[in-house]
Amino acid sequence: MGLENFIADALPDVMTTRLDSLVNWARKSSIWPATFGLACCAIEMMNTVSGRNDLARFGAEAFRASPRQADVMIVAGRVSRKMAPVLRRIYDQMPEPKWVISMGACATSGGVFDNYAIVQGVDKVVPVDVYVPGCPPRPEMLVHAIMMLQEKIMTDSIKDNRDVPEIIARTQHMPGTIPVTIGNADIEAEKNASRPYSIASRHERRRSS
Amino acid sequence: MAENQTDTTNTQEIIPFVAELTAHNQAWVSGATQALGESTIIVPREFIVDVCSTLKHGYQFNLLSDLCGADRGVEEDPRFEVNYHLTSIKTGKRLRLKVLLTEDDPHVNTVTDVWKTANWHERETYDLVGIIFDNHPDLRRILLPSDWDGHALRKDYPLRGYEPYSLT
Amino acid sequence: MSVSTSNLPTSQYEVIDQPLDTQMTISMGPQHPSTHGVLRLELILDGEIIVKATPDIGYLHTGMEKLFEYKKYQQGIVITDRMDYLNPLGNNLAYVMAAEKLLQLEIPERAQIIRVLFCELQRIASHLVWLGTHAIDIGAMTPFFYCFREREKILNLIEAASGGRMTPSYFRIGGLMMDLPSGFENRCKQFLDNFPKALKEFNILLTGNTIFRSRTQDVGHISSEDAIDWGLTGPSLRGSGVNFDIRRINPYTGYENYDFDVCVENGGDVWARYLVRMREMEESHKIVKQALSRLKPGPVKADDPKVSLPDREDMKTHMDSLIHHFLIVTEGFNVPAGEVYFPIEASKGELGVYMKSNGGPKPERVHFRGPSFVNLSALPTMAEGEMVADVVAIIGSLDIVLGEIDR
Repeated sequence: MGLENFIADALPDVMTTRLDSLVNWARKSSIWPATFGLACCAIEMMNTVSGRNDLARFGAEAFRASPRQADVMIVAGRVSRKMAPVLRRIYDQMPEPKWVISMGACATSGGVFDNYAIVQGVDKVVPVDVYVPGCPPRPEMLVHAIMMLQEKIMTDSIKDNRDVPEIIARTQHMPGTIPVTIGNADIEAEKNASRPYSIASRHERRRSS
Repeated sequence: MAENQTDTTNTQEIIPFVAELTAHNQAWVSGATQALGESTIIVPREFIVDVCSTLKHGYQFNLLSDLCGADRGVEEDPRFEVNYHLTSIKTGKRLRLKVLLTEDDPHVNTVTDVWKTANWHERETYDLVGIIFDNHPDLRRILLPSDWDGHALRKDYPLRGYEPYSLT
Repeated sequence: MSVSTSNLPTSQYEVIDQPLDTQMTISMGPQHPSTHGVLRLELILDGEIIVKATPDIGYLHTGMEKLFEYKKYQQGIVITDRMDYLNPLGNNLAYVMAAEKLLQLEIPERAQIIRVLFCELQRIASHLVWLGTHAIDIGAMTPFFYCFREREKILNLIEAASGGRMTPSYFRIGGLMMDLPSGFENRCKQFLDNFPKALKEFNILLTGNTIFRSRTQDVGHISSEDAIDWGLTGPSLRGSGVNFDIRRINPYTGYENYDFDVCVENGGDVWARYLVRMREMEESHKIVKQALSRLKPGPVKADDPKVSLPDREDMKTHMDSLIHHFLIVTEGFNVPAGEVYFPIEASKGELGVYMKSNGGPKPERVHFRGPSFVNLSALPTMAEGEMVADVVAIIGSLDIVLGEIDR
């Protein structure tokens, strides 16, 4: 986004907490997924969008067919070796900020299919932010994944996600090197430091206390 | 399964269509079995197109339900087989034709001129088992990437393939 | 990956290989909202008219047929769910019945009735997804939400019985996984009573709609001879006037005892296939009602202790049941040598399983004749000569599922 590049260049050492909160709130409330439904999980993704489990409450009902207009790529289904370069290409075409949700057991780790044809985990191809287990995961699980992604987005800082041209992103965002987000993360870490155990998300925190 | 039963005329009469095919040409049927309510006729590979076209035009087997190849085992001889499953829409009869092929010479003539649907089935058999169909209009890989090495459904191809996927 | 046009089969139109001339090559997919999965179509266009259409598949190839050879017979049932993922119970049924034919098992009647019940419910669910996605591709957004709402009710029923919404693996070699839960008949009856109203809604939205009609009538025509030659089966074949339904011609699991009509239309175009599937939903509704009324208490697993898992209480109290359970789970059961081709009428067409056994606990070769694989090969015949915007309608009318095509 132009705003991030501009701020990062002009004011490199300023704390941007308030601006961060505003931008992150706007981003998390309108995550637009790119249609990347491959197999059975795609049908459960369609179920999540339909009336019973409504994804529109999170602002995520606008599934853009073009990756250039999308924020998150929900890899729903098994990625075969013929499809893996296509997956990487679509990921590279997405502009910053972008996230990846790996939905289902096949996208997370190859699932039931431990054989020559399936890539054993989509994180060998793209860096993943949220993994959702299940075969296929229930629509409620995908909703939970979107909520966890929203939590993660709230800890971002706008100084991190500089938009890079696609030709650089192809070599920069290699799997296994998820960009580390600074910014609000250390404030959140301090809040959690008093607990000896780690809690996955805010919702589970509520239930456990 | 591949017994030569040309001598026992008794069993041949029970299995349907063997008598009709041998009436055209004795060499067309090199074996036949009947089990579990299904009949299998083993045809030598030179005659497969003639047999198929006789069955389609003469006996109304107008639908080729399935064409699949199988690898019988690395040490078997003949190693490969191709199964043709024919269906007659009008009468509802089903028949299986089998062609046995050796490992050194896995060629057989295509039946795309008889049924157009054989096109994709034969491409899939070529892709996964490695059987080459002569005179096929477009024999190239259909399921695996076009630069793939090896034929995946052969018994000596490992389940997990040869190397894990990497981007670079 | 590019495909050179020089060695592709010739079409009835002239292909000009010069980039600046009037013909343009477009690659539609594999990531495309309307191709119903990862299908890539190479379209060569002359303006808006399609000169040549070549499907390029394999983007979802999962190597399932190889995987079957490494898994015991009962483990393979789980893999069949993921093949045609809109009709998992149908795939389960085909695989299980092929194995039962090799074993020559006799299935108890209650299991057969429940199998018919679930197969038809699954057919309705699959046709609902077809209707929703077909309509949304053509531009009608409302039926999508209505269809998925009805489908949720069916998924709840399937989940109540088997535990899984889209991957139930409910059938076993020898019968069912376990008996229906209590109260199932009432819930099913409730769904059946409300379904005709939903069908009426769909008819109001689409069948009487001029826009839908003009987008689907006289589009994607295929004659009955071409359809049979290209191997089309199922509603796509019946939309061209050919009366071929495996439930009538080679009946299985008790279908000969049910009273239903085979829906045939003579148009051969997208509109005819649409009408066939809408009527099939009504017929399936009839069959489910009949099946529900015939349910009587009884066993749901075959009487063979070497093949069917014993009940849990039995296993925990009797020694021989425990031993049988242990052997079935760890070593599997040996299936006599032989080969069988078992076709069923899945929601998309003739789903045939060719199973070859060599006497061991794992099959030697399992081949699934996926109806969508064969139906898609007829796409060039239907699409050449049509306009680009019609390709989406034609793909929708063929009702393809890439999991079944690529296996």
